[in-house]
Amino acid sequence: MAPETEVNRDEFGISGEYQYGFSDIEKPVFKAAKGINHEIVEQISEIKKEPDWMRVFRHDALDIFFSKPMPKWGDVDLLNSIDFDNIYYYLKPVEEQGETWDDVPEAIKNTFDRLGIPEAERKFLAGVSAQYDSEVVYHSMQEELEKQGVIFLSMDDGLREYEDLVKEYWATAIPPADNKFAALNSAVWSGGSFVYIPKGVEVDIPLQAYFRINAENMGQFERTLIIADEGSRVHYIEGCTAPTYAADSLHSAVVELFALPGSHLRYTTIQNWSKNVFNLVTKRAVAHENATVEWVDGNLGSKLTMKFPCVYLVGEKAHAEILSIAFAGDGQHQDAGAKIYHAAPDTTSRITSKSISKDGGRASYRGMVKVYPDAVGSKVHVECDALLMGENSRSDTYPTMEIAEEQVQVEHEARVSKVGDEQLFYLMSRGLTEEEALVMVVNGFVEPFVKELPMEYAVEFNRLIQLEMEGSVG
Amino acid sequence: MSNNGHPLFEVENLKVAIDGNEILRGVDLTINEGEIHAIMGRNGSGKSTMANVVMGHPAYEVLEGSVKYKGKDVLELDTDERARLGMFLAFQYPMSIPGVTVAKFLHSALKARAEGGDVPVREFRVNLNKAMDLLGVDSSFASRYVNDGFSGGEKKRLEILQMFVLEPTLCILDETDSGLDIDALKTVAEGVNALRSEQRAMLLITHYQRVLNYVEPDVVHVMMDGKIVRTGGIELAEALEEKGYEWIEQELFHDTDDATSAEAAQA
Repeated sequence: MAPETEVNRDEFGISGEYQYGFSDIEKPVFKAAKGINHEIVEQISEIKKEPDWMRVFRHDALDIFFSKPMPKWGDVDLLNSIDFDNIYYYLKPVEEQGETWDDVPEAIKNTFDRLGIPEAERKFLAGVSAQYDSEVVYHSMQEELEKQGVIFLSMDDGLREYEDLVKEYWATAIPPADNKFAALNSAVWSGGSFVYIPKGVEVDIPLQAYFRINAENMGQFERTLIIADEGSRVHYIEGCTAPTYAADSLHSAVVELFALPGSHLRYTTIQNWSKNVFNLVTKRAVAHENATVEWVDGNLGSKLTMKFPCVYLVGEKAHAEILSIAFAGDGQHQDAGAKIYHAAPDTTSRITSKSISKDGGRASYRGMVKVYPDAVGSKVHVECDALLMGENSRSDTYPTMEIAEEQVQVEHEARVSKVGDEQLFYLMSRGLTEEEALVMVVNGFVEPFVKELPMEYAVEFNRLIQLEMEGSVG
Repeated sequence: MSNNGHPLFEVENLKVAIDGNEILRGVDLTINEGEIHAIMGRNGSGKSTMANVVMGHPAYEVLEGSVKYKGKDVLELDTDERARLGMFLAFQYPMSIPGVTVAKFLHSALKARAEGGDVPVREFRVNLNKAMDLLGVDSSFASRYVNDGFSGGEKKRLEILQMFVLEPTLCILDETDSGLDIDALKTVAEGVNALRSEQRAMLLITHYQRVLNYVEPDVVHVMMDGKIVRTGGIELAEALEEKGYEWIEQELFHDTDDATSAEAAQA
């Protein structure tokens, strides 16, 4: 362990299980004052030396944020407990973004080492972006991809280097007025990724972004924009962790995906925030003719997650796949789901939502499927599968379907099950302990999700599930 | 093979209730190493309760008596501890575990009982394939999810496959023969016969005499109303096949000359 890293999870006695709860001593080069106002927004824009249109965009968005009330749906009590004045909205951890890990300050590098990022990069990634609080501190991509014209940059660098391309797509899928947290992100966004895959280029191994919150009372507002040009193919993966603090942190990202005709875009998330993080994220994709967009969304951590990845199917035969898993333990509410809009003929979609509620945890599926008139021949399949463990665990589904076209095929299945005594007895009669038996049932339950992950992530995900299950017996 | 070994499994005056209803009313049974016993009886006679209690099913309450395996009382042990000592129950209704492959399940079960918790994958695969060959099970079996979408016959084959791979010393088969067509029944019987050994004891719980045409037991018991009421050789099973259970009831009635006991037996 680095000398500047302290493990504070025991100090607060909050979590004995979460293994990424450690933090570094803060050494920011700039930290904005607490709270949110136009002055802070101006500061951020100035530090980033942004074009004027972006500065104006931020200020306008802040006004929208102020004017919009808190959502009146979802976990209203928890939402209203967010103290916006007690959050740091911008923290710049380093002067310059590193291109090699040696460029990154020792303590920060050690943190990413402990998270296994450089190792993963060496082994199986095409490119890596590592964000620490508000800024991307490390960024690299294989030379081969660069030669093919692939762009993978921090959002800030993307805006600097490809302003026209960014401007063309920016906030077109998620305008600031979409919701209060999208407005907040639009006002104070920093970091995130900008990805462009040129026509016909297929990137076979994943690009990965890693998001780490370090500071206490921190707000992280990264912004990601991915454009897959015609006939291209890309898989982008994001992971996230944070220290365990007594005070809450806020993570509120905006992610916009554009899949141009015939492209294939997969976006995988393994969210493992500490249990003091509000994770309120807006994710939306636009799929053109014959394009496929896949959201593979794993939510393990956080205090409250509200995230409903969305796909607009705007071109004929576009296809959407949303596969999500949510694990809600004690004191957690995973309010997850999916939204799909069929706005063209012969578009198809499949939503598979799986949730596990354990020891009083709460998981909700909130879904919207809308089929517009003339989206003839569209097919929708929705499957929700909930697993309950322990007393007082809760699972709810809020599916909405608006079907305005008759010639469509819509299927919806929902199941709630408990890990049964008979199932455990069966496994234990083969020599597995009760805990091993539980882990096996849960691992089996998440298998349809895990098998969609690259092998290394699948192993890691199963390990995380096992950690969550530790101590769950007796 | 009969009576050549030490007692492996001893049940003494076992009384068991579920939800306050007494199901087993004083069962006595001893199985020696190397022996195969059959317990026959009608539905509701307590046969399956016996199997489940021996393996430690949490729903049952032991009121009295003891169950010893290798001389050790196992009633205080958890189900998994009994399994790791070498006890095995082939379930009447095996549970499905969606998302968990047969191979992963069996590998985990083997690791759970291995010293040091390690069973090399390659060695395991070789053994699994050998067992599947012996049982005439298709190799795709290993990558299917445990009992998920299995036919009745496939489920029973998987129970026998598990017995092969885990190599328990005491095998209890709870109506493994029921609901099987003749081919599946033969597979199950061949499996049982192949596992027969001087150290291993088996208890076949069955409704019908049919399976005993393929597996020859050393001892046959008849269970009625929570008790073992008759013990004999294969001829007992044959007599049951011929005359049905009423015959024993009538005998019992005359034996005891106690009307209440006969009424209870009919209940």
